[in-house]
Amino acid sequence: MASILKVDSLCKNFGGLKAVNNVSFTVEKGGLVGLIGPNGAGKTTIFNLVTGHYEPTSGQVLFEDKSLVGVSPSAITRRGVARTFQNIRLFGELSVLDNVRIAFHCRVGYSLVDSVFRLPAFQHEERKLTEQAQMLLEMFNLGDKQDEKAGSLPYGEQRRLEIARALATKPQLLLLDEPAAGMNPSEIHTLLDMIRFIRKRFDLSILLIEHQMRVVMGVCERIFVMDFGEILAEGTPGEIQSNPKVIEAYLGKGVA
Amino acid sequence: MRSRETTALGVAIVGAIIIEVLMKLGVINPYWELIIQYACILTIATLGLNMIYGFNGQFSLGHVAFYGLGAYASAIVTKAWTGDNPLGFLAAIIVGGLVAAIVGFLIGLPILRLGSDYLGIATLGFGYIVKVTFDNADAWIPMMGGSRGMTGIVKMTSWPWVAVAAILAVVIMRNVVYSSHGRAVLSVRENEIASSAMGIDIARYKTVAFVMGCFYAGIAGALYAHLYSFLHPSNFDFLKSVDMLLIVVLGGLGSMSGTIMAALGWTFLLEGLRVILPPEILDFRFVIYPLLLIIAMLLRPKGLFGGMEWSFLRAPKVEKRAHGVNTES
Repeated sequence: MASILKVDSLCKNFGGLKAVNNVSFTVEKGGLVGLIGPNGAGKTTIFNLVTGHYEPTSGQVLFEDKSLVGVSPSAITRRGVARTFQNIRLFGELSVLDNVRIAFHCRVGYSLVDSVFRLPAFQHEERKLTEQAQMLLEMFNLGDKQDEKAGSLPYGEQRRLEIARALATKPQLLLLDEPAAGMNPSEIHTLLDMIRFIRKRFDLSILLIEHQMRVVMGVCERIFVMDFGEILAEGTPGEIQSNPKVIEAYLGKGVA
Repeated sequence: MRSRETTALGVAIVGAIIIEVLMKLGVINPYWELIIQYACILTIATLGLNMIYGFNGQFSLGHVAFYGLGAYASAIVTKAWTGDNPLGFLAAIIVGGLVAAIVGFLIGLPILRLGSDYLGIATLGFGYIVKVTFDNADAWIPMMGGSRGMTGIVKMTSWPWVAVAAILAVVIMRNVVYSSHGRAVLSVRENEIASSAMGIDIARYKTVAFVMGCFYAGIAGALYAHLYSFLHPSNFDFLKSVDMLLIVVLGGLGSMSGTIMAALGWTFLLEGLRVILPPEILDFRFVIYPLLLIIAMLLRPKGLFGGMEWSFLRAPKVEKRAHGVNTES
């Protein structure tokens, strides 16, 4: 299968710390890949490197065979890579609807002049993008909350809104950074259904960082395990679960 | 909702006409005529700063520099070329706005990368440079008068000019803020990292907001120059920038209604106290208004309007989607 994302011998040093050390992996078109590992393993750093928030020390990131190294975060998003954040980053003072509408901005065709004079291009596109934003919100069960401040939503809804917002940029590859953080088991269950659903509905490839084993095991087809900035193991959920190196990284070495 | 905005616009226009008639009839004396015009000019300038600081979150301590640039640039145009030709004055106003906007663009390119506090210092530095330039400008352009001040500017500004400019300033700002471009500006204030992750070019929208704010300042400066027909560099020193900043904060960051109320209130309060207070304690004006500021901040830390707007300046309401029915904003 063709790969959509190819990470090749990627390194990132912060001073003397090798946060990411010689990491290579690929995500296939339509794939759902998990990236797991203990705290500080370098998972989020990988996301920041892929989305252009960090510049790699060395190595290559290819999205649809084109390099993303040195491309600005906003340009990477416009190419079709969207992400959510581990510590939620919504536009807290703005309405739920506006959070999603902002994500449509990179596809908006009308100019500043169109908005000043409220020209037909403005009216037409504004109506269209508002409708699309509302449809997205409904899909995520947030339709009734469109006028509320994003910052005042309960935690689980903020997480959902972040995913809806990322989808509004119309990505081909979606990076989810710990989407289940702070969720209770029933919320996690809904989340897993949702991830499966959006992948089909939007024809996406998904790369998912997760801490909680049951999330990754339940939904991912392939899993990479990281520890101390390196890839420790890769395989299907079954293989990972029985891999002694992984068990060691998570639970420590056996005493006996 | 739309009709409410049209009504508000109508009220504003009728109000402006009534004021004009009262001025013509002499009910409003020439002194208060000046004050009313100055209050509206200050409103235009601070609306610009509200765009930069309130909506875009970029801390600027040099706003008055752009006000000054607009004032001097337009004054040169009328003094050197157009004289008392109204069309020439219109051109001079636009030149004033454009000069401020272009300088804002050029200075914004390097300094808008800075984080908020550092940006404040950089704009402060820029403000000083401009002030010193005005002080010594007669070396290059004798007409500008340097530290002696620029005299003999045609008195072109009158209430109709100011009223039209102020109404246009409010309408245009509202239209920009409630567009996709305005939302992009807001998103930069809310969270730069998330904003760039949503595909928004942060540098571009910081520049858009900054240049627009500077343009407003330049327009206001041009009206100011032709209201008093005398310009002096001390009118454009750092403390004036602080005044503008206080007005924006007092009104509530990111509230057009708040900025308008605070700018008008500020001017009328200062002048009103001049009338009310006996001459012996007249200088206490400058104690009373900081005191009011402290009280306002204690009672309403988010400003008078706290980010709220009058209904006609609010975001157009979007109906929730009923099943299968098209929405109309």
